[in-house]
Amino acid sequence: MSSFNWRRTFTVARTDVKQLVLAKDFWMPMGILGSIFFVFVPLFLLLSITSLGDVPAVQNVANTLEVLPQAAQDQIQGDTPQGRTSYALAVFLFAPMAVVVPLTISTAVGAATLVGERERGTGEFLAHSPAGTREIYLGKLLASLVPGYFTTMVGFTCYSLIVNIIVGPEVGGWFFPTQQWWLLMLWVLPGFLLIGLSLVLRLSGKVKSTAAAQQASGLITLPLIAISYAQASGAIYGTATTTIVIGAIAWAIGLTSTWRGMAGVKRQRLLGVADGV
Amino acid sequence: MSALNPPAAAVQLARVSKAFNDKPALTDLTVVAPEGKITVLLGPNGAGKTTAIRCITGAMTPDQGVVRTLGLDPAVDGEAVRSDCGVVSAKPALYDRLTGWDNLIYAAQLHGVDSSVMHDRIRASAGRFGIEHALDEQVGGYSTGMKTRLALSRSVLHEPCLLLFDEPTSGLDPESAQAVLQLIREMTTDGHTVVMCTHHLVEAEGLADHVIVLDTGTDLVSGQPSDLTRTYWPEDSVRIAVEGDQAKLADLEILPGVRRVELGATDARVVLNDPAVTPDVVVALTAAGQRVTKVVPHEPSLEELYFAVRRSARDLGEGTVGSTITPEEAYR
Repeated sequence: MSSFNWRRTFTVARTDVKQLVLAKDFWMPMGILGSIFFVFVPLFLLLSITSLGDVPAVQNVANTLEVLPQAAQDQIQGDTPQGRTSYALAVFLFAPMAVVVPLTISTAVGAATLVGERERGTGEFLAHSPAGTREIYLGKLLASLVPGYFTTMVGFTCYSLIVNIIVGPEVGGWFFPTQQWWLLMLWVLPGFLLIGLSLVLRLSGKVKSTAAAQQASGLITLPLIAISYAQASGAIYGTATTTIVIGAIAWAIGLTSTWRGMAGVKRQRLLGVADGV
Repeated sequence: MSALNPPAAAVQLARVSKAFNDKPALTDLTVVAPEGKITVLLGPNGAGKTTAIRCITGAMTPDQGVVRTLGLDPAVDGEAVRSDCGVVSAKPALYDRLTGWDNLIYAAQLHGVDSSVMHDRIRASAGRFGIEHALDEQVGGYSTGMKTRLALSRSVLHEPCLLLFDEPTSGLDPESAQAVLQLIREMTTDGHTVVMCTHHLVEAEGLADHVIVLDTGTDLVSGQPSDLTRTYWPEDSVRIAVEGDQAKLADLEILPGVRRVELGATDARVVLNDPAVTPDVVVALTAAGQRVTKVVPHEPSLEELYFAVRRSARDLGEGTVGSTITPEEAYR
């Protein structure tokens, strides 16, 4: 067996990303999706709460904060109901969104990647190239991860600015991202992305068409989104240790799944025909 | 090639079988492609030509049989084999969203072409196939001919020893097809070994140094075209036509040196003991008051050979109809 060639892996990844960048019909919806979750929805909610003032509705929401875990309640800053409510929304409510957006984007890209090569006939070129199937699989995985993660990081930056500008004055200054959010974005999220993409790419290598891959990937990503939504909430509500443990578990599962996926891809699945396909 | 120095085989497939969902694609296929020559795999659609190419590079692993490409087993040394192969598929397999330049860069990088020579190589190979003017354009806007030229450029970027072309003129107009075939011919002068699949017999004519006729995943015959035609048409013959009814040519059978006459609609094939008898035949016809309109030595085309081979296969009702000629035998 030949040794793993990282240069070829990055070549595959770079070329795939370049094609995505050139596809306006891909990145336009991706940008819109990111904007909705990271800019428009938070902007609307946070502006509404901070501008409403001390009205009963805001007071009621503030009261519900008492159901949060004590560790989470201890983190909430602000002296006024609207300040405490907007802080809680900014820090706790939108955290799962940070997982949903990249998972949605990356799995949509990943689902089409291997089967797409076969459908377009370009899989023939890859199959006859010296690139190993493990290198191709990992390159495709990286290329699928980049758009989702990049969108999320850009969205996260915008979200941080929005939160600090709108909520910051209510709680005594800029406070976002919190330690929990940093851990979520840089540690927990990539782990969940890895799990999702490793599964979706394996699927993409087995189904007959991109349409079938998109359909089937929904079966994987929906439960995964639900799980990651819950885990992201836990990561934010819990302590830093909890967040680190959740991330470590996600990474362990993701790496194992990626390893199995790399070993499972067959060269002839890149071609127009393959056993069982 | 002298008998003392027969070419080695660049590609050897020995009794290779491959099935998809129990449907056989290759059955006991044997292919030997001599080094430095153009070997043409001839056969109808579904004959197994593309599957054979895929087995040669290791893109596909056969269920049974032995494959040796450039002396290596592609199932074991796939990376080394594919590094030394340049492939043009039936569909050019190009990335439409990328420019021609990006497509070539991608291939060069995957093949590990040194970055210090990469750009020069790309320009040189694109120039060789006349596509350098369109390298900055998106491939999606290329014509079929331009795509084929780009795919050909891509196949030689890494300077492979073995070139595998699967229907390289598919979808091209006759002029472009002729240009592509000329380029393929030129490649062997650089020492490349070429294995080309086609079902266009006219293309193979004059291009093939070595022919392998395939049908239903099996090799029917293989060898040099001249040897094969000699196998199927061992006798010398001329095609003769006269004005009026060709049936009059049947009388030629009584002439000395004429073995038999096979009448056709517009002419007759006259089988001779010796080509030197031809002038005597013409004199006899003229003396008999016939106006001779055609006298052409019968040199069977590849097309005739192909159909003769397939006819024999049908008659025998089995796969192999003729002796498969090894490179050593072929160039003896």
